[in-house]
Amino acid sequence: MFSALLAMAAIAITLGAVLGFAAIRFRVEGNPLVDKIDAVLPQTQCGQCGYPGCKPYATAIAEGAADINQCPPGGEEGIRKLADLLGMEFKPFGSSTVTKPKAVARIDESTCIGCTLCIQACPVDAIVGAAKQMHTVIAAECTGCELCLPPCPVDCISMVSIEESTGNWKWKYPVYALTPSQTAAP
Amino acid sequence: MRKLYTFHGGVHPATCKTQSTGKPIAKAKLPSKLIIPLHQHVGHSARPVVEVGERVQKGQLIGRADGHVSSAVHASTSGTVTAIDMQPVAHPSGLPELCITLIPDGLEEWLELEPIDDWQSVPHTELRHRLRNAGVVGLGGAVFPSDMKLYAHKHKIKTLVINGAECEPYITCDDLLMRERAAEILAGAELMRTLLYADEVLIGIEDNKPEAIHAMRSAVIAGKHANMEIVAVPTIYPGGGAKQLIRVLTGIEVAAGVRSTDLGVQCFNVGTAYSAWRAIRFGEPLISRIVTVTGNVASPQNLETLIGTPIIELVAQAGALQGTNGYIMGGPMMGVLLPSDQAGVIKATNCIIAASDQLFPPPKTVLPCIRCTRCADVCPAQLQPQDLYWHARAKNFTKAEEYHLFDCIECGACSYVCPSNIPLVQYYRFAKSEIWAQQASQKAANAARERHEFRESRLEREKREKAEKLAAKEKAATKSEAAPVSDKPDTGPVDETQRKIQAAIDHARAQAATIKPKNTEQLTPQQLAEIADIEARRARIREIAQASTDTHTRE
Repeated sequence: MFSALLAMAAIAITLGAVLGFAAIRFRVEGNPLVDKIDAVLPQTQCGQCGYPGCKPYATAIAEGAADINQCPPGGEEGIRKLADLLGMEFKPFGSSTVTKPKAVARIDESTCIGCTLCIQACPVDAIVGAAKQMHTVIAAECTGCELCLPPCPVDCISMVSIEESTGNWKWKYPVYALTPSQTAAP
Repeated sequence: MRKLYTFHGGVHPATCKTQSTGKPIAKAKLPSKLIIPLHQHVGHSARPVVEVGERVQKGQLIGRADGHVSSAVHASTSGTVTAIDMQPVAHPSGLPELCITLIPDGLEEWLELEPIDDWQSVPHTELRHRLRNAGVVGLGGAVFPSDMKLYAHKHKIKTLVINGAECEPYITCDDLLMRERAAEILAGAELMRTLLYADEVLIGIEDNKPEAIHAMRSAVIAGKHANMEIVAVPTIYPGGGAKQLIRVLTGIEVAAGVRSTDLGVQCFNVGTAYSAWRAIRFGEPLISRIVTVTGNVASPQNLETLIGTPIIELVAQAGALQGTNGYIMGGPMMGVLLPSDQAGVIKATNCIIAASDQLFPPPKTVLPCIRCTRCADVCPAQLQPQDLYWHARAKNFTKAEEYHLFDCIECGACSYVCPSNIPLVQYYRFAKSEIWAQQASQKAANAARERHEFRESRLEREKREKAEKLAAKEKAATKSEAAPVSDKPDTGPVDETQRKIQAAIDHARAQAATIKPKNTEQLTPQQLAEIADIEARRARIREIAQASTDTHTRE
């Protein structure tokens, strides 16, 4: 009986040591779930979720502090992906949420006074310009977050929705009649 | 006799080629206008280099290659540029693209060309540069810039495959080109072989084109081309697919995610070889191509057509007939129905079929998939089309990708044999473009994240550097004032900073008090009132600006 106890204790100590070593050796910095959630979010950094950016929102979701239906730019597709990732039920947007088509900011360059307030507001550095010089938006980098709109003292920034072109055109889902017509196979 | 291999599946649709092979290649008449799109190739659009109202000569550069993967666009004839604007193009979407509209003057005045008599002595970089500037792209349908494919790769290219298979029904432009201009195709193949340092050249032609095979074989003998072979391959659709032809000729299976060049094989269309040769030897840019005009027309034939010729005008030359209800660009298996008949012929236009109810009866009623797997039997890419259909229909794109959706070449063999008449390829095209869109938005999101994180770290760094600078200044100041400060050592650094700021403010105030503006004496009360007004407005603006930055920083 004594030898059995000893054996069990030895096993426990060895396993404990292995686990302890593993905990130090394979330690993961930060919460990997946050990064996974962050990867699903659209990275507009718009703050419409009530958090100052996508990463803080991802952190809040991971901690259970925020719901998964607070990201309008991600759309319902985004909610679905979050629900899949977190093993939750799909949750539609609240009635107050408005989802808009994707758009980019455009500065009316003749009205711009060069105050640099929009440059400071842009979360992805997509506006170039300097004090008392005309500013312009790098359309390819603009996430359409609209954060540059309120600081502009002369209201020279407008959102331009992205038009369909041959570059972003998509083949449509095939649609056809289900009822047999006179041309049905004999 | 060369040992030939086979690929999986394939179908035997009615070829319908004899209609258009009866006549030799004719020159298409000069159209009333040319609509030349600036994006006719894979990669970036060309950048227009002419202005509206400008007179251009035939072969003059009108769109410069822009970016790494791009190709040049040229004026197809001499005339006047009347517009550079968005026009509908030969694209299944029917959406407009930037096009240059050219009104021909009928003179066909060529730009002074720069032919090369002895191309073998010209450096290869120069030859590639010329091909790029001549706008030579793959004419088999993929329109990839040819100069990019003509590099000696890190893997040695052993075999150069020239594709003359032309497996799609109705299309005969390559057939006629091989019959009539075999010597120049072979010269182009020689040029390509030199640029690629390839050993052998294999030219695959389906055995339903005996005239073309004979003409090419005679040209090989006449031109004394060594290590070049014309191979008659069995007629089976899609035997003209690059991967399929490579498999048949060399036995090499180009696996998913592998390029044929990694396995020592490069493939070009016969039309591309011909155009490359014209571009190098005669300096002619790619401004025309052979287009098969067939289907519901009085005399189906092959026309050497200027790029930009409106499709309606081209079809009229072959004798448009009653009952045409649309135009297909390409063949009936892989081609696309064009939403606009006003669009211009592009470099990818190998065939225009005038469709009618008689030739192509309206699609039969679609029935449910019965999982008979006839599609899997004929799939040349050895996929499971019935499963791909299932997942694409359910918009389960991850699963569709797992079933190798992107190995699908959209040949249409599956739809052709489907007993339930399901438009399978439409589902695959839909799924592919959805996945591409998702990938693009994911890429944009990643870029935005990176930029945002960089900005955050930059702001953080700026803040830190400012603080450090201040601390260093502070330290220097304390050192110089060491004696007076020493008697009150318990003054905290914060108090000390505030004291200094106060001192600086006092100093500034004192200075301001001593300096009087020179133009403020003897002002009229009206001027004083104006000044007060301006000051008040300035204060208000400052307040607004402050408030908005505050709100933003809070956000």
